[in-house]
Amino acid sequence: MKKKQNGVKSRAAANGNDSPAPSKTKLKPEKLKKKQNGTSKRPAIDDQENVVPALFKKKAGTGKPKKLKKGQTLEDAEEILQQNPIKKGSLDKTKKKKKSVRELTPDDEDMDMTGLAEGKSLGLPGLGENDSDDELIDDFGDSDDEESLPEDADDSEDEKPSKEESLQLNVNMPSYHLPSVEDVEKELKTAPNLENMKLRISEVLQVLANFKVRKEEGKSRQDYVEVLVKDLCAYYGYNEYLIRKFMDLFPKGAELMEFLDANEQARPVTIRTNTLKTKRKELAKALISRGVNVDPAAKWTKVGLVVYDSQVPIGATPEYLAGHYMLQGLSSFLPVMALAPQPNERVLDMAAAPGGKTSHIAALMKNTGVLFANDPNMVRCRAVIGNLHRLGVNNAIVSNLDGLEYPKVQSQGFDRVLLDAPCSGTGVIWKDQSVKTNKDSQDVQRRHTLQRQLILAALDAIDANSPTGGYLVYSTCSVLAEENEAVVNYALTKRHCKLVPTGLEIGVEGYTKFREYRFHPTLSLTRRFYPHVHNIDGFFVAKIKKLSNAKTGGTQLKDERKEALETGEELPDGTPLPGSNAGRKKQKLKNMEKHEQKVKKMTEDDGFNTKGDIPHVKRDRPTFKKRLNKRSLAKTSGKAVRQKRRKMMEKRGRGAAHAE
Amino acid sequence: MRPLTDQETEAVFTKLANYIGDNVQRLVDRSDGEYCFRLHKERVYYCSEFLLKKAACIAREPLLSFGTCLGKFTKSRKFHLHITALDYLAPYSKSRIWLKPNAEQQFLYGNNILKSGVARMTEGTPSHQGVIVFSMNDTPLGFGVTAKGTADCKRADPTAIVLLHQADLGEYLRNESFLT
Repeated sequence: MKKKQNGVKSRAAANGNDSPAPSKTKLKPEKLKKKQNGTSKRPAIDDQENVVPALFKKKAGTGKPKKLKKGQTLEDAEEILQQNPIKKGSLDKTKKKKKSVRELTPDDEDMDMTGLAEGKSLGLPGLGENDSDDELIDDFGDSDDEESLPEDADDSEDEKPSKEESLQLNVNMPSYHLPSVEDVEKELKTAPNLENMKLRISEVLQVLANFKVRKEEGKSRQDYVEVLVKDLCAYYGYNEYLIRKFMDLFPKGAELMEFLDANEQARPVTIRTNTLKTKRKELAKALISRGVNVDPAAKWTKVGLVVYDSQVPIGATPEYLAGHYMLQGLSSFLPVMALAPQPNERVLDMAAAPGGKTSHIAALMKNTGVLFANDPNMVRCRAVIGNLHRLGVNNAIVSNLDGLEYPKVQSQGFDRVLLDAPCSGTGVIWKDQSVKTNKDSQDVQRRHTLQRQLILAALDAIDANSPTGGYLVYSTCSVLAEENEAVVNYALTKRHCKLVPTGLEIGVEGYTKFREYRFHPTLSLTRRFYPHVHNIDGFFVAKIKKLSNAKTGGTQLKDERKEALETGEELPDGTPLPGSNAGRKKQKLKNMEKHEQKVKKMTEDDGFNTKGDIPHVKRDRPTFKKRLNKRSLAKTSGKAVRQKRRKMMEKRGRGAAHAE
Repeated sequence: MRPLTDQETEAVFTKLANYIGDNVQRLVDRSDGEYCFRLHKERVYYCSEFLLKKAACIAREPLLSFGTCLGKFTKSRKFHLHITALDYLAPYSKSRIWLKPNAEQQFLYGNNILKSGVARMTEGTPSHQGVIVFSMNDTPLGFGVTAKGTADCKRADPTAIVLLHQADLGEYLRNESFLT
């Protein structure tokens, strides 16, 4: 028995997705087994004999007979052999040999599952099924399809030889009794107990990781997920909306827990050397002499330093004041590295505050060319000005405009644009814990609406014919797909542009499909960064090359209409030509319909609509009062005086005529 | 945004000349392109002509800064240099003062410099001359005006004020919002 267990364990390890489980979710194996024994409801052995022939028929039909060779009688085995003569040799051997063969066959999926189940009971929760990589594994999915296949669930048990039956029973049987959602809610309200919650979370995650084997009779996946959501919300202090979003993002339980744990820990303090004023080596030397313990931050950056501990405030050393470095997170390096600005270019940073990325751009441009730093927030603009001057950037223009106005200011006037869009901040929860509770669907919707408007504005500001550039880098410090892939996907449909590789060494690929949504396949060129994987803020970077200055989207239709008008033919979609009354009515009806659809779409917009109808938000722009000069107030300007005189003369003339 | 008037130019240049003397000429005639001074919202900015043209695209109100801000005109039309001008003053400065490490911190908090804090000083500096303050490893820290000439300093007692504080790097933290 022991031997068998070991074998299975090693197989579980060999499956490749044996990520080290967080110690928090570990369970004591003995305890688990005890529980399993208590609730064991295994079908009797004679049941099994009934099942086997049925199974056999099914599997023989699919041409995968090797799956069932375990629990069968010899006659059964021979029957299989007649159909599949290739496997003859292996089946003729003793049971022990059979086992070894089975262990060697790589596509023996059911066995993998049990192996994993075993691994889990040994303290590896949430490893998930052994699916291929591109298939999204969803522990929390709504579908209950596994439930409808109780036979399948029994498969793995039936395959076991009778000797090892008792062991397998323990492993496969539901171990955990799920309390109802109401009970959990009540408990959380009255007497929240952290240890209880933690235990329940890990138990539920284990069940969800191998649901069809471990579920309790009569409970659906939904029930488990509800309890899990409630517990996670209470344990980590999130609101339900965010937890559900994160569950969508991290369908594997273990990864979700890692992510949530990483959000509790602070990232290391990092600084960026200002290459305009000093070198990293010199800066490190100077800081170490001040009692600051620094080290190069990462392999992929030549300007980053990580600060371990410091005896002096790192934001007030003379070196800081002299502009030798800038305090900024490692994640902020990435979009600028992706942008790769060249000297003598025209670059725009659309949301610049507090100026960390802007000064990095200026450093890469070596203080040449023009760098526009824009931020819509006046207060934060002050910080930009201060930081740029401190860091010795003298090619920058700081403006306080709405980013949407930039294409009006300078249409197609930039070689590169960096859009570090305002976002929900779900990647930097460790910095701002209030994100956990104060972001709801409406907030996120507002954000991605603005992001869409901004990304189009940014694309319009880029000159596609620029000899060196024509690039846009879109980045957010959010991990939600609505704010990242969906926005980029929207831009791809609306403008003539394409995604290009970011040139970053680290990061995971962006989603090309997320739940039921499908994005453009090139979205795999975008990069995502996670706190628990890369130990930097949750981040997203996409680099877009603008292909032409023409605006796509709707232009084709207009051309068709124009052509039809010129030739006097019916339009291809059957609308009558303008001029006739019937046509107008029809058009009116159609417009109304269209409008209704649009409104409907906007109301139920979840951030992934590819049609890209975005509600136009009317924001109150800062209105600049026109200053009236004193002259015009007193009406003594030349024009006013002339007018006055004219009126007077007219009056006089009229009076004179009257008198006559 | 407009070019400086003659009066304003004179005020700016005399102030600059107090610190960098004849080197003012070098700020105007530069080998790497045309540079100019512009007045915008009572502040004087120094930037290249190219940058200026680009900055002209943006309306008066939302344009907050371009190039380097040198200083501002007060309500009584006097010109005050800001710490942001340090990048252009430091390399051309005529007279300099080097501070001891412990006096460094005091100066960065906005205090005047006592004789005890001075490590070195340019020979032959008269009193009321604009001086750039350096740390011992040659990083510029700010600027001020001498209260005493070099000769007087030698005779003065250690607690005597040598340099009157005008601007220092600490202002980036202390009053960032008033800077520009």
